Order: sequence, then structure tokens, then C-alpha cells
Amino acid sequence: MGFFDKLKRIVNKDKDVFENKDEKELYNKGFEKTRRELSDKLNNLSKKYKKINQDYFEELEEILIMADIGVNTVMGFMERLVDRAKKEKISDPEMLKELIVDELFIIYVNDEILVDKVKYNENGPTVILFVGVNGVGKTTTIAKMAKREKDSGKKVMLVAGDTFRAGAIEQLTMWGDKIGVKTISTKENADPSSVMYKALEEAKKDNYDVVLIDTAGRLQNKVNLMNELDKVNRVIGKLIEGAPHETLLVIDATTGQNGISQAKQFKEITNITGIALTKLDGTAKGGIVLAIKEEVNIPVKFIGLGEKMEDLRVFDIEKYIYGLFSELL
Amino acid sequence: MFENLSDRLDNVMHKIKGYGIITEDNISDVMREVRLALLEADVNYQVVKEFTNNVKEKALGEEVRKSLKPSEMFLKILKDELLSLLGEDKVEIVTNKKPTILMLVGLQGSGKTTTIGKLGNLIRKKYNKKPLFVACDIYRPAAIEQLKTIGKSLNIPVYEEGNNNPNDIVRNALNYAKENNLDYILIDTAGRLHVDKSLMDELVCLNDEFKPDEILLVLDSMIGQDAINVINGFNDKLALTGTILTKMDGDTKGGVALTARHLTNVPIKFIGTSEKLDGLEEFDPNRMVNRILGMGDILGLVEKVESVIDEQEAENTYKKMKKGNFDLEDFLAQFKQIKKLGSLEGLLKMIPGAKKMGLNKVNIDPKDIARIEAIILSMTPEERKKPEIIKASRKIRIAKGSGRSVQEVNKLLTQFEESKKMMKMFSNGSFKLPF
Repeated sequence: MGFFDKLKRIVNKDKDVFENKDEKELYNKGFEKTRRELSDKLNNLSKKYKKINQDYFEELEEILIMADIGVNTVMGFMERLVDRAKKEKISDPEMLKELIVDELFIIYVNDEILVDKVKYNENGPTVILFVGVNGVGKTTTIAKMAKREKDSGKKVMLVAGDTFRAGAIEQLTMWGDKIGVKTISTKENADPSSVMYKALEEAKKDNYDVVLIDTAGRLQNKVNLMNELDKVNRVIGKLIEGAPHETLLVIDATTGQNGISQAKQFKEITNITGIALTKLDGTAKGGIVLAIKEEVNIPVKFIGLGEKMEDLRVFDIEKYIYGLFSELL
Repeated sequence: MFENLSDRLDNVMHKIKGYGIITEDNISDVMREVRLALLEADVNYQVVKEFTNNVKEKALGEEVRKSLKPSEMFLKILKDELLSLLGEDKVEIVTNKKPTILMLVGLQGSGKTTTIGKLGNLIRKKYNKKPLFVACDIYRPAAIEQLKTIGKSLNIPVYEEGNNNPNDIVRNALNYAKENNLDYILIDTAGRLHVDKSLMDELVCLNDEFKPDEILLVLDSMIGQDAINVINGFNDKLALTGTILTKMDGDTKGGVALTARHLTNVPIKFIGTSEKLDGLEEFDPNRMVNRILGMGDILGLVEKVESVIDEQEAENTYKKMKKGNFDLEDFLAQFKQIKKLGSLEGLLKMIPGAKKMGLNKVNIDPKDIARIEAIILSMTPEERKKPEIIKASRKIRIAKGSGRSVQEVNKLLTQFEESKKMMKMFSNGSFKLPF
């Protein structure tokens, strides 16, 4: 059974993919603008064309490119779609909508069992490292994550590893105070590895459950900064076995094709286990995560749907596609 | 920046270089490459569509003239179209008011606070004016700290009132500036989504009361197709006077540069090129286009050729060439046109790949041209029209008249025959251009 059928069944029977009403509401609201644009466009396209033809496919390509789904991914997708439409003798755009959702889902899932849960360390602190380019929202995402973990009863520590940007240490410390978790920091411009040492020793000694590590934003083509990250990563691994247990690449949903380069190059230095996709409450579609999944094979684990502390959600592909396409069903 | 785009266009140009003339057939491959290159650079889909259509139309409509190769012509068209997308001129910020009020706005994480620091630094250096930073990001934790740290390292004063109302802060900051004789007020605002109504209203309030001389949208150059929504969102509410593209030192292709000006008519004023506080450059469309194309200064060459070659004359020569009745008069006229171009070595250096071909070391003596001129001018009009009548006695007369040797006259006539042969091949289409 295709994904679309499953989704349709869920929607029709009203058997929710969501845990509760609030969560469904948040997804609906968070994706409102994204969805309005994307599914409105697809719906209009189906109304505009009685039969699918070259122009139809061209407009469809435009819609997907405008959603920032990678150019290569879109080109491959279009080829497969045209093929499938031909093979399955589909000429009605209404029918093709199902194929579109299905094919998009296939790109993302790619026959794998998706692990979207955070891997916790059972023999000591779980270390989660946050990396990414400048301004994507690493510090804010860490704060939201800290709140989640603390609310679930865990003992949480924040580590101010961004010793470069002016005000970064203060920013994280203020969040820590607000949420009520400890923040470990050193002086601005200090070697970030030194704060890792200090923090992780303390985490082991005082039995912290979760350690969330902030790092300076760095553009992935800056060799020195990437080497520094490599060092931080190695230091963490020496202090706690198996750490970092998760390395999350934070990506801004407005990011275009450069997201692929970010994923590739950060993955070379660190063992990226997932993506935290931020700022999805704007008009950006964050479609680049589809290309990242296809080309670099990194799944999305968290999404930021708003500015509130509670607005960081575990990413669930079914909910995501539901959020984008519920009005098509 | 833009490296990947220029690589891609480079490949495109290799394809078109082999063609003698641009046709519907051979341009479709090239246009496909251009299109993909631009889409991969995050240029807006509509802009790409319009751009490729314009380029194609112009390339096909262009007649082969002016002695330019189709690949050069295509480049020129690309350049012109790129330039018109970017806006032809540098647009500077307002500088003639005291105090000048600049307000920086943008999404979260686009780089407003860092850019404020860089801008203050640039204003002080370039205009020798005294800036004041005003901290109006009252939401993000430690945003004020960040601005204060930057101010301190640049020795530029920062005005802040904690989480007070932004309008109050700016009002008081203006008084502070007056008391301290400061020239530029740079307002740092909180990052916000263009669809966040209450936060957008806050900016409108600031705009209504203080009428900033410049409202600059700070845009992350890694932004994708959402760029147009963001720019329009801010522009509709605030009437932006410009944009600043940040993080251009990354490996982003920065296609937003092509989108921004064309779709909104808001000029790009600065680009951020490093993490350091001097990493802000004024945006120069010409330099940006050359960077995108990255192909030597072929465009400078094309422009130069265009400005001096008499089109009518070139047209006539071309027609004669085609008919095969190209004579020494035309030969001379061509040399005269080349002479107008100035140093040939300089010209050769502008040709892409010149270094690879060793052309940068070629020595051309301008006196050679003067000698050729002298020899041809010593011929009778009849001789120039029908060089084949020049036999031994005529050669001696011409040599004497021009003050050159008979050998030199012979050499010239051989050269002329050679070029006539080449031209015939060229007009037959059997002649392949070297690049």
C-alpha cells in the first residue's frame, strides 16, 4: 500500500497520526503558510489542466523548485513521475496528485526504517552536539531541547561551546537560567575544547542525564573552523565513551541549495545523526531536507514550528507530509 | 562565492565556443545548462525563466557582425542581462544628513547585529563620520550584550535601555547623538518573520516616527526560493531602501543577488564577506557579474571592440569577404581599426585562456602596423583593388615609395593572400575558430 492510501485512510477515518489535538493543531498552524502555498498551488494546477501535458509538468516542476527541494532531486523526481504516469496510463491530474505525494515520500523514506528517536546513553550522560552555519538557530534550539528534556524529568546541562560570537555565552546562560538548568561556560575566545573538558567531567561526577553542547556557527568551507570542530568532537569522545551520542545539524528552513553542501561537509567532520530544521513557521518550505535525505542520507529529527519553548517537535515524516498535503486528500 | 556558477557557465561556454553561429539547435543545450546553473544557485524560478528567454531571444536575433565570435556575442548578451538583473549602478547610502538614521531589519539569524558593527566601521572609515549603535533587539537574550561587545571592540558608542519600548529607545538615542555630536544612528532591530504581524507593526511604528533615511534588509545569502516572500514581506510594510547580503564568504552561490533587485527593484548596497568587522564591501554589480562569469576580462575586450569598430565598415568588409572580393583597401582598413584598439598585448591578455595558449607572452610591434600602412599607401588604387597585377617593377616602385625593402612588400602580399584564403574558409563555414 502506498503512503498516500495510508494517509487518506487516516484522514478519512479520522484516526489521527497525532498524539493529541494540541499537537495536530500545532502542526496545522506551524505549517499553515507553507501548506497554503504548496497545496493550493498543486490543487490549482489540477483544476487548471484537464489532462496532463508538457505545460502541466513544467508548472509542477516550478512548484517543487519553489519549495527549495534540490534541483537534482526535482529533476529525478520529474523523470520518475513522467515515467510512472505513462506506465500507469494516468492522464487525469487529480489521479496524479496521489503519485506526487507517494513519490515525494519515497524520496524521503527510500526503503529504510527511519530512526527518528534520539539515541540515549544508558551508561551515563547522553551527549548531544549541535552544529551548523551561522544564524540558523543553534542556541535557541538547544534551549527548546533543554526544556523538553527537563520536562521529561531529566537532569540537563548546557555547555556554552560558542566562545567566538559576541554575546553567545550570555545568550545560552540566560536561557539556562530561564529554564532552570545549569550552563557551563568559560571566557569568550577561549579554546572550546577546554569548556568541553570542564563540562563533561562535571556531568559524569554529578550524574547528569543529558548534556547539550552549543558550538560556534561556522561556514562549512572555512577549513580552520571545521578543524576546530573536529577537535571538539574528538575531545568529547575521549571524555565519555560513545559521545557525542547524537550530533544534530541545525538547518534554517529558508536555506536553499546550499543546505546540501552544509550537510555534506559537516558530515565529513562529525557523525551527523540528524537534522534540526528551524524556522518552519515562516513561509519557507524547508524542501531542501528532501534533497539532503536523498543525496546525503541524513534524516530530520526535530523541527522548529514557532518561537515558543514548546515549539520544537520530534519530526515525523507522516506528520510532515500530512502538514503539507492534508488539503489535497 | 559564485564559484560553482562560474564553473558551470564555463562548461557552457566551451560548448558554444565550437559553433560558428548561434542557432536554435546549438543554443538549446547551452540554455539548459544556464537554466540549471541558475536554479542551483537559488535564483528565483520566474527570474530564471525570464532570463533564459531573454538571453535566447537576443542570442538568436543577433546577426553575426562586428567580427565577434558567437561565443563572445553570447557572453556579451549574458553579461548585459545579468547586469540588468543586478541593476546597472552602484547605489550608495544616504550621507548628506545629520544625523543620518539607518535601520537594519531582517529575519532571525540573518546577521543584523554583526552587520551593524561592520557598517559602523565602514562609515567611520569611508566618510570619517561618527556612528552610534542603538540596541532595539529587546527580545533575543543577550542581543544587547552582543552589540555592546562589538561596539567596545570598535570603540563605537552603543545606546541601550534594556527591554524598553523601541520607539522610546530611539527617541532618547537621538537626543544622546545630538548631545554627543554623533552623525549616524544605526538601529539594530530584533529578527522577525515577515509574516509576524505584531513584530512587523513594531517596525512600522519606528518607521512612522523616525522616518529612517535608510531601511536596509539584511538577507542571508544562503536563502532559497523563499527570498522573494521575505523581501516582499518587508518591502510592503517598510519601503526598503536597500538590502545587505551576508555570509557571501561561504560556498553559497548567492542567487538571491539576482532575484532581489530584479523582482523588487530594491538595490543591493553591501555584501558581507568575512566574520571580521571589516568584512563588508559596497556592492558593485559590474564586479559581481565579472565574478559570476569569471572569464578573464573578455567583456572588457568585447566592450572595447564595440566602441571602436565602425559597424558600417565592418558590415561592408564582411559582405566583401563573403563575396570573395576582399582587397588591400579592406586589409588596410582592418589594420587601422586594430590600431585604434591600442596595445595588442593588452588586448590579448583579456582573452580567456590566453595564458594557457601562451598569448600573454606574444610581442607585437606597433611599428609593424605602421610599415604595412606605409606599403599599402604607396600603391595605386588599382593595385590595391587588384594585387595580382603587382609584379617586379611595381614592387620596386612601392618599396621605394614606402621606404621599405622589396622583401617586405613580398611578405605583405603573401600575408594578404593568406588572410584572404582564411576568410574564404570562414565564410564557407569550414573554418573552426581556435577557441
